[in-house]
Amino acid sequence: MRNLIFMILLLCAPFVAHADLEVLACEPEWAALASEIGGEKIKVSSATNALQDPHYIQARPSLISKVRRADLIVCSGAQLEIGWLPMLLRKGNNPDVLPGSPGFLEASEYVIRLDVTLDNDRSQGDVHPQGNPHIQTNPHNILLVADAMTDRMVLLDADNAETYQQNLSDFRQRWTVAMEGWEQRAEVIQGKRVIAHHKSWIYLEAWLGLVEVATLEAVSGIPPTASHLGSLLERFENKGADFIIRAPFQSEKASDWLSERTGIPAVLLPLTVGGTDQATNLFTWFDDIINRLLTAGNL
Amino acid sequence: MRTPVLGILWVCLISSTAPAWAQNETEIDALRAELAQMRADYELRIAQLENRLDEAEKRATSQKTTTVQAESQETKPADTWQPDPYAEPISDGGNNASNPAIGVIFQGQAWSYSNDPDDYEIPGFPLGGEAGPLPEGLALGETEINISANVDDKFTAWLTVPIAIEDGDVVVELEEAWIETMTLPAGLSLRMGRFYSNIGYLNDKHAHSWDFADQPLVYQTFLGGQYLDDGLQLRWLAPTDLYLELGAEVTRGDKYPAGGSANSGVGSYALHLRSGGDVGFSNSWQAGFSYLQADAEERASGNEDDPLFFTGQTDLWMAEFVWKWAPNGNNKQRNFIFQAEYMWRNEDGGYTLPGTDPLPYDNDQQGWYLQTVYQPFPRWRIGLRYDLLSSDNPGQAYAGTPLMPSADDPRRFSVMADWSNSEFSRLRLQYTHDKAGFPDDRQWGLQYIFSIGAHGAHSF
Repeated sequence: MRNLIFMILLLCAPFVAHADLEVLACEPEWAALASEIGGEKIKVSSATNALQDPHYIQARPSLISKVRRADLIVCSGAQLEIGWLPMLLRKGNNPDVLPGSPGFLEASEYVIRLDVTLDNDRSQGDVHPQGNPHIQTNPHNILLVADAMTDRMVLLDADNAETYQQNLSDFRQRWTVAMEGWEQRAEVIQGKRVIAHHKSWIYLEAWLGLVEVATLEAVSGIPPTASHLGSLLERFENKGADFIIRAPFQSEKASDWLSERTGIPAVLLPLTVGGTDQATNLFTWFDDIINRLLTAGNL
Repeated sequence: MRTPVLGILWVCLISSTAPAWAQNETEIDALRAELAQMRADYELRIAQLENRLDEAEKRATSQKTTTVQAESQETKPADTWQPDPYAEPISDGGNNASNPAIGVIFQGQAWSYSNDPDDYEIPGFPLGGEAGPLPEGLALGETEINISANVDDKFTAWLTVPIAIEDGDVVVELEEAWIETMTLPAGLSLRMGRFYSNIGYLNDKHAHSWDFADQPLVYQTFLGGQYLDDGLQLRWLAPTDLYLELGAEVTRGDKYPAGGSANSGVGSYALHLRSGGDVGFSNSWQAGFSYLQADAEERASGNEDDPLFFTGQTDLWMAEFVWKWAPNGNNKQRNFIFQAEYMWRNEDGGYTLPGTDPLPYDNDQQGWYLQTVYQPFPRWRIGLRYDLLSSDNPGQAYAGTPLMPSADDPRRFSVMADWSNSEFSRLRLQYTHDKAGFPDDRQWGLQYIFSIGAHGAHSF
């Protein structure tokens, strides 16, 4: 009898134990980063793609089964995913990835968050009291999260600790060089004034020294209104700004409308890896952001 | 920086102590000791001030210098996030510490009917539970208070308390009150308490997340609106790529379509099997089957003042299918939902009609609804819904009673339009042409739904 049980367990083993660390990223940038650190030792997928607004996706059945199987979940956090992640975690029945456990990594916990506020009055729109969650647009933050992510992978999969650490130091080297390049190229746009569709870019602005002078959304999270666009037109008719920027999933109507009337160039910037054809990985993503800004500004 | 500050402090100290020339040696010693103490104190405080200044400087420049920080081990970001150790404590010792997420949902409506809604009935389908038309005229809907929190590392709790107005009285109800495990192994979770059964697609959805102001006819007739009961629910999620969830429930059997807490208070069982997935980035679907077996003892239905009583067993089979489309999954811009459910039930037992002895009753009934909701651009949605019921003939003994179905199958057609300023507010207009009751009824409704405080994520 005991032998039989043992046999069954042995037969089941390949189905139960999995060699790879399964990583579920909430956003594509963390999936890309996980691939950099984990390489071939992990299996990674992203809950959202670059053309989706990560605030508003559905808690789809396919994502629930991904949560069920995940060993590590990596999300921006700071309430970015509040509309769907809690439901996935509740329905996913996986204690290993609940907040507070090593299998749950909230990236924004490891960086300096901007716009932290005690004011969560909803008349101000979709306010995130814990700070602006779009932390990925400053490449220095990517490096901080890379550290934290490596720690977690080492913790969860000690057998491959060396690989993860090796990959991290390799990534750090390449990333540091790349950042120097971006910062040099972007020196010419320091101090340029930006009108953003949504407050998705404040970390990019802080990094490159851009100045955000307005947003197309009058109230955060609520689509731009005609009256607000009218008042922006009045304010910026004489070119009081240098760029109007938006993410791929934000409608181009509002930025095009204002751009046509003010002559301020409207620029689409990838908010994450995959946001444009050029942004194929973490490196080309920032290349493309800088390229697009320089091109739009004729710099 | 330390030197000038210290110097100034020393001048202050000396000038303030100068007139107090010592009378004898012991006094001088005491003064020296005091001075040394003060000096130590000041140095400590200055060191503390400098620390705080350093902290502040670090924070201010961190955006530019994170590379440097990340590369040197002792300035890991976690360190810069230590709470300020010198800040005044903001806690009052814990007595008033409170963590539950609290949210309130405000609902209100105005309905107009061409027939008297008090006389509403569907021949062959006596209504039970919360089923039936919403009150005529201006009325407050349920004001729903939701409170939820994790109990500890293993359990989470949820409470829904609606405050309703019934016949002019304010009634506080207990709608949901459950505890759920978070850390069971093998993809299992157990819920206990009072909860909406997980059967069907719409049954466990709260009213504020419905796409129409009222429930489809199948829910109204077969489940009394929504099946809610006290008991246990076990859920298992398969560790497969394809979403596959199995659930089993055992409940008290106190609420329609059960009744009277039969079998010593273990009156109903339910099972559900649900699956779902994506087709590309733009499409996703969910499908499921459910079964409910409910024992009824003296279950009241029909006219409240003159009810019918059923004793026997209800077997209800349900099939659900939902397809959602949004270009690239961005449902905030544009989206489309197709949703359909089919239900079949058999009731076997006996009915006691007003003024009669129990009559045997064994009858099959079925029904379905099909609805689509389309959001052509942000904030605006339109929806269409078609409802149909049909019933076998329960026998000549029931001629002339509310249990005898009419020759035409009950049906209903609804159209709605709603506008949502944000995900926390919604205004809706709905028109229903009702051929379920008799005679045809034209129903117009206006509805608002607003939410403040914590608002849990919605399920698919």
